[in-house]
Amino acid sequence: MTAAEAETTRKKGIREISPIDVYKLLPGTNCRECREANCMAFATRVVNGEIVLSECLPLLTPEFRAAFLKLTELLAPPVKAVTFGPAGNEVTVGGKYVLQRHEFTYHNPSPIAIDVHDLMPETEFLDRIRRITGFSYNYIGRSLSLNAIAIRCTSGDPDTFRDAVKKVSGECSLPLILCAPDPRVMEAGLTSCRDRRPLIYAADEKNWKQMAELALQHRCPLAVFAPGDLPLLRSLVRTLIAYGVEDLVLDPGTFSSDGISSTIDNFTAIRTQACRTFDPLFGFPLIGVPMTVWCGDEISEEVLRWKEAVTASMLLSRYADLLIMHSLEGWVLLPQLIWRFSLYTDPRKPVSVEAGVRTFGKPGRSSPVLLTTNYALTYFTVESDIKAASIDCYLIVIDTGGLSVESAVAGRYLNAESIAASLADSGVTDLVSHRNLVIPGLAARLSGEAEEVTGWKVLVGPKDSSGLAQFLKARWPPEP
Amino acid sequence: MTGDDPTNRIDGERIRTLAPQILEMLQGVRQLELDNVTIDIGDLELFIPVGAFSHFPNADQAPPARVKPAELIPEQYIPLSVSYPAKVREVVLGATKASGGSRCRSITIGGATAPAYSDPTHPAGNLPAIALDVFDMEVQLPKVLKENVREVIGDPAEWARMNVRKFGADLVAVHLTSTDPLIRDSSPREAAKTVEEVLQAVDVPIIVGGCGDPKKDALVFAEVAAMAEGERLLLNSVTLDMAEAKTLEPVAKAAERYGHLVLAFTGLDLNSAKELNRRLYEYLPPERIVMDLTTVALGYGLEYSFSIHERARYAALMGDTELQHPVISASTNAWGARETWMKMAPEYGSRELRGPVWETINALTLLLAGIDIYMMMHPAAVFTLRDIAGRLGTPGNADAARIRDWVGVRV
Repeated sequence: MTAAEAETTRKKGIREISPIDVYKLLPGTNCRECREANCMAFATRVVNGEIVLSECLPLLTPEFRAAFLKLTELLAPPVKAVTFGPAGNEVTVGGKYVLQRHEFTYHNPSPIAIDVHDLMPETEFLDRIRRITGFSYNYIGRSLSLNAIAIRCTSGDPDTFRDAVKKVSGECSLPLILCAPDPRVMEAGLTSCRDRRPLIYAADEKNWKQMAELALQHRCPLAVFAPGDLPLLRSLVRTLIAYGVEDLVLDPGTFSSDGISSTIDNFTAIRTQACRTFDPLFGFPLIGVPMTVWCGDEISEEVLRWKEAVTASMLLSRYADLLIMHSLEGWVLLPQLIWRFSLYTDPRKPVSVEAGVRTFGKPGRSSPVLLTTNYALTYFTVESDIKAASIDCYLIVIDTGGLSVESAVAGRYLNAESIAASLADSGVTDLVSHRNLVIPGLAARLSGEAEEVTGWKVLVGPKDSSGLAQFLKARWPPEP
Repeated sequence: MTGDDPTNRIDGERIRTLAPQILEMLQGVRQLELDNVTIDIGDLELFIPVGAFSHFPNADQAPPARVKPAELIPEQYIPLSVSYPAKVREVVLGATKASGGSRCRSITIGGATAPAYSDPTHPAGNLPAIALDVFDMEVQLPKVLKENVREVIGDPAEWARMNVRKFGADLVAVHLTSTDPLIRDSSPREAAKTVEEVLQAVDVPIIVGGCGDPKKDALVFAEVAAMAEGERLLLNSVTLDMAEAKTLEPVAKAAERYGHLVLAFTGLDLNSAKELNRRLYEYLPPERIVMDLTTVALGYGLEYSFSIHERARYAALMGDTELQHPVISASTNAWGARETWMKMAPEYGSRELRGPVWETINALTLLLAGIDIYMMMHPAAVFTLRDIAGRLGTPGNADAARIRDWVGVRV
């Protein structure tokens, strides 16, 4: 088909639904229980993906049941949202409305699960769980962390697996993925974590019937595993839906190295058909398993981790809604956590923040005056570092058209004149009694000219705002 | 990259056996010799679509009644092939003796007919080309980058030679940082001499980077363009600031007159990119324009770069002629992220690994958004990008047997 046909041969995509379409089905009482100004405002935020339908409480009453169902269908994403994990700590995977993030926005950042297995020596097992739950990184003021544990059965023994699941459940409240191809083993695992609602991994060509029974019995979502075989994957999905299992997560197989193109092709084909044609069999979340790199005969662990890092990042970009990884090394995980965070930010959000002066802490008349650009990520980084170090200061945010410090200096958007103009506009001259300005280290070359034009003494700050606290400790207040 | 020259071929099998060497490169133990590594384009089998499929035989059937099936219900998979009305132009970098230059070969980039790796039935087109950076003066580099090039810093010709011989660069990107009026303000004549030395040191195509000052760059590019007549250099870059400073016209005209290409640089904004290209069309054929839509580091806005490239490529394929140009990514920019060079707590791993993997992921992420040519630095990032770019778009070995039992692996 042509690209234009691909755009039109589907049911109404999220971008074509107007707030009116939604408003018509809402109670229309403007009760404001959703905290929006009125039903129309609520409808607008719903089609923008900024608020979920269930925030409209009257809609959940029996009276509006029919309207609720209609709205649910109207707004259903082409990729189903599937939830697993214990109540209060569950994760939702999938729920994607579009193929490319710029078309709307991606919802439900892909959880990253790390594996343990049931034959791991006790101390290693517990240590791993502690490292998984303890891993976090502060990125622009947000704490990024790992989200689930995949418990693998390597023993083949139901009792051993049961014990392992019990042990993990006792140690942490993260959502679990139980991985065992043998239904007897799976059953043992499921019975030892009854209220955890784990994801069952996985139904395949051989075990699908028993796995489907277990999924129905325990009301758990079910993964479907058909490595490198899309016809089989479709066949399994159709059969499982017919069986009554509705919450499915698909694993088309993660192949790295000489199989990487198959992996990217399969993930892409599945997600494209789901989003462009509302294909019902492919409209489920996808699991990427970068951990499969550990199956090969490569001996060097460092090379395996490198491959796992590379594969994971590509799968995050190419539609994996859930990842299972083995490496716990920070250099492998950090880029994944940051890329996931970035990929799932709202692309409609502008690249720049408002220019002007910001106040941090309780600055006085002798507090430092700092300067940065209005590129959003630059600003958030500086803001987060100032807050983390509890610095009382004024921060002048200069309009560089949303460019970072380095680009703005190179492109001459950040220059002595623009610094002088923002100093004047900021009104900071009335807020402090000194005339000392700290400019970013990456703008060092502007210092001389800036002193001449502004009449302020210019201090060249650190190249990276992580060094602000140390810099101010050593250099502030400046010698007269 | 075209594969018509046998010395320019990378054999997939051979490169796979080299994988463990990534490790050694990371440790700076030794560099990879790419002399005998070839890729054989002629061997690739391309799936030719037998027809476009617009409907799914099973998709519109009513759901079966809820009787639990006893057997697997058979299903088929019909690939969805989407065709696009337009394609991205091809651009040829570098000129051989036969075409008026002195390079041993030229490199063709662009030509995409579908979004990157979106559909195996579309020919993958030209492989992305990789340029390695060279600076004309001592610049601040993270330690992990510096240790690979320590002995050639300050000697652009030697540095260029090392990039080609040791690290297998397809092109060399010379950055004339010293011409910046706020740094060393070296003269256009000196800059041209540096470029001349690099042209003599290596025989691959060259990218020439200015300092970003619209007036100074114009003087430098004019001088370089005349000196290297016929070489099909890529002048990095021309901007809307140049248009404002009234220096765009002379640079574009010099590029046209002396047979070079321009890199049209804009900051994450497609309207600006289109406007700049429109202005350039007055002076240059569109086949001489490559776009730089800005590469931001992972953690500092890579998602903006990712989406701008996805949008640009889709618009180009849907018929927006002003965006039908190959795109470049300066993946070296990844090193701007603090996570690449900062010493961090042990749980975040050593920066010796964090840095290279950052550049690699930066480059690979944008590869999926359609990058045609790169400017890079770390050998392990270059190695991995080349390896994966060579595999994507070719039929993969989805060996189910190898991964089927991943659950039971004892690691």
